[in-house]
Amino acid sequence: MTEPVLETRNLTKRFGALTASDGVSLDLRAGEIHALIGPNGAGKSTLIAQIAGSLAPDEGSVLFNGEDVTRLDTVARARRGLGRTFQISALAMEHTVLQNALLGAVGATGRAFRFFRPVLKDTALLARATEALARVGLQDLAARQTAELSHGQRRQLEVAVALTLKPRAFLMDEPMAGLGAGGSKRLTTFLGELRREAPILLVEHDMDAVFALADRISVLVYGRLIATGTVDEIRADREVRRAYLGEDA
Amino acid sequence: MRRETLLNAVIMGALLLVPLWAWVADEPFTITLATRVAILSLAGVGLNIALGLGGLVSLGHAIFFGIGGYAMGILASHAQDYSPLLESPFLIEGTKSMPVIWLVAIVTSALAALVIGALSLRTSGVYFIMITLAFGQMFFFFTISWPAYGGEDGLSIYVRNGFPGLNTLDPIQFFAICFVLLSLALFASSRISRSPFGLALTAARQSETRVLTVGIDSFRLRLVAFTISGAITGLAGALFADLNRFVSPTMFSWQTSGEIIIFVILGGVGRLFGPVAGAALFILLEHFLGGLSEFWQIYLGFLLLAVVLFARGGLIGTLAGREVAHD
Amino acid sequence: MPMSMSARCSTDRPGGCKPPGQLGRRFLMSLVLLMEQALNGLQFGIMLFLMAAGLTLIFGVMGLINLAHGSLYMVGAFAAAAVAGWSGSFLLALVASLAAAALAGTLIELLVIRRLYDRGHLDQVLATFALILIFSESTRWVFGSFPLYLQVPAALAGPITLPGGIQYPVYRLLIIAVGLAVAAGLFLLISRTRIGIRIRAGENDREMIAALGVDISRLYTLVFALGAALAGLAGALVGAIQSVQVGMGEPVLILALVVIVIGGIGSIKGALVGALLVGLTDTLGGFLLPVLFGAFLEPSAAASVGSALASMLIYILMAGVLIFRPTGLYGAGT
Repeated sequence: MTEPVLETRNLTKRFGALTASDGVSLDLRAGEIHALIGPNGAGKSTLIAQIAGSLAPDEGSVLFNGEDVTRLDTVARARRGLGRTFQISALAMEHTVLQNALLGAVGATGRAFRFFRPVLKDTALLARATEALARVGLQDLAARQTAELSHGQRRQLEVAVALTLKPRAFLMDEPMAGLGAGGSKRLTTFLGELRREAPILLVEHDMDAVFALADRISVLVYGRLIATGTVDEIRADREVRRAYLGEDA
Repeated sequence: MRRETLLNAVIMGALLLVPLWAWVADEPFTITLATRVAILSLAGVGLNIALGLGGLVSLGHAIFFGIGGYAMGILASHAQDYSPLLESPFLIEGTKSMPVIWLVAIVTSALAALVIGALSLRTSGVYFIMITLAFGQMFFFFTISWPAYGGEDGLSIYVRNGFPGLNTLDPIQFFAICFVLLSLALFASSRISRSPFGLALTAARQSETRVLTVGIDSFRLRLVAFTISGAITGLAGALFADLNRFVSPTMFSWQTSGEIIIFVILGGVGRLFGPVAGAALFILLEHFLGGLSEFWQIYLGFLLLAVVLFARGGLIGTLAGREVAHD
Repeated sequence: MPMSMSARCSTDRPGGCKPPGQLGRRFLMSLVLLMEQALNGLQFGIMLFLMAAGLTLIFGVMGLINLAHGSLYMVGAFAAAAVAGWSGSFLLALVASLAAAALAGTLIELLVIRRLYDRGHLDQVLATFALILIFSESTRWVFGSFPLYLQVPAALAGPITLPGGIQYPVYRLLIIAVGLAVAAGLFLLISRTRIGIRIRAGENDREMIAALGVDISRLYTLVFALGAALAGLAGALVGAIQSVQVGMGEPVLILALVVIVIGGIGSIKGALVGALLVGLTDTLGGFLLPVLFGAFLEPSAAASVGSALASMLIYILMAGVLIFRPTGLYGAGT
């Protein structure tokens, strides 16, 4: 078996008496979509934050492409190719759609400290940004101010910005939320293809999408990983059924 | 042509034509007023990079204005006394040459901004406002109680410093120098705001998380912006000192910091020519209202209040409408 | 620095710059002088607390940074000076300072400040800076540019001998007492009363207490007026040991801002600790640093380096605190 692209080992984070991540070990392998599901308050966002580098774990480690990145910050992990989208859109709202995509291109190419040449005259950056926008279907809205986008379009833009990084792994926090049936279906198809470029760790509430897309699923309950497996294995897992359905199966 | 571009042209045209007219009509005082506008605009252009682009509310930009001023004052006072600034380990003489003074002003204020920024940018929000204010007060009280360069009384320079090939004592020639420097700074500022750096800096103001997740270090962005900003304001300080042939701790006072912010806000925050419009408005108000009433700052207070509460785009925003300023 | 009472080397003070006598006596005199300076620092700190308490409360509850707080201090001082001049009663003057500042505070809260709660810090800084201009110039317009004087009542004017032979002005001791009483009252108000509970709730969750049916805008006006009244009282109390003039509020405002930043914005306890820290650092620094530098520099150089450094000391203190604790000593994390 090849080495996983992204891996957490025994990741633990406590907030006072609450253990938000309780020895979580999971891995993301090349070419797969690995979905992370769990009831509200299970600690999914806390886990994602530790993987992305915005929150330091109390114990355990994060490995990315075989490198221990536990002590690296968000910036360093992004530079190593970790592309992230947010549950609550984190975009520059006053900027245009194109500018947001360009920002990703600027970060990816390490050109943030160029002061003189207008960013719109840099053809390499423009190409990268417009390509990403086209892939999520936002090319016609490039000149639109981001604040004017609908909820779903903002989600698409989040994905586009992550694409400009040409990441080696994606970390997506509820990309389907607020998309509506049509949008959700389109994004499902898109992510299905995207996994071949880079594997996706997907946090998602939309179970139809999860079951349609995921190669493997991990279930997080009260900060603890109670099961990891294929869709069928998870469907059949007694502990999962108990956690989700309250069944005493 | 966009309305804002037109308005910018009108503002710069007026700033150039009024003193030219005053020169023909032999009204040196008007030229001096225009020179003040140009210099204070320059200070505002500097602040606008930190405040307008970076969203960094610095209540300490008087530090850089003052450092520029004292760079001029200290160099020129040594030159006029024929006493060296430093004898050991190597000799440093004073100078009356503007380009050298400018260079020293820019370098020293940039260094100060780098150090102060590195410390202050660890905080954010209201703490950042307060720590920049505190640094300003440090410099203010230091210059007051440091007797070597005039202490509380400040330093007078008898003759304005020189620029090769020009007679700087002629008001219109000194104005020309200031106007050219302002134009250069505006050009640089416009390039910066359209550059990848400008894009990242303005994005960091709106969503720091976003900038971090695309792999850009927002602290470094802000530190560089703060340093450039301080350097430009420092240059303005050197020119201001040369205009008055006088420097004093007032240049470091927190009211000075407040006034530089006011130029930016009255004109329109984040607008390229906002500081020019704001400084011009400020000087006009000071001149005309100040002529009417000793208490003209009451009116300034009400105007500022009105702008903050009701006209947040400032002068340019109100006249040019709410277009996206940075494209 | 108008509010700084740091005595440099002055000859009219007991134990000032006397010619060196016997070593032991000199040491004793220095000790007495040090105690006196410590008391001055305490009194200064207590005054700063009166200012800082309002500022920090207003920031903690409403999230507002109010630069015009120094203007309310000035309003209190002028009201006290005017009423004392008219009635001759110091007590009446103090009451007037409380009332005038509370009134001015209520007025600006209703007209201006409440529009700023939802705005960014930049707008708050600018609008309250505008208020300073309006307050200062209006006061100059009404009272002129010359300072007014507020007389300490005769009964409190003299010195009292404290244990250890320290002669200290009664009035300054009174200021310390009043300040401590106000501090105690504030802690009781916040921890024991219904208003205090609401204030604390408001700090934590604005929508929650609005949902519980508390009239939030009235609560805000009340908190603002309370802070204003304290600032006005501080202005009147200090006005009697210094002159009452336009511009007296801003240096104090800045020091009070330093205090709340050191203490952690929003924390009353932080304000008290910060105020005492700043008061003692400023006063003792001004006294001790020149002496310290005197040990290895020639006297004139020691005096100038010492006093230059002393004047910067509290800002260095604040920068130091923020660099190591970016949200102050008792501040909540950002």
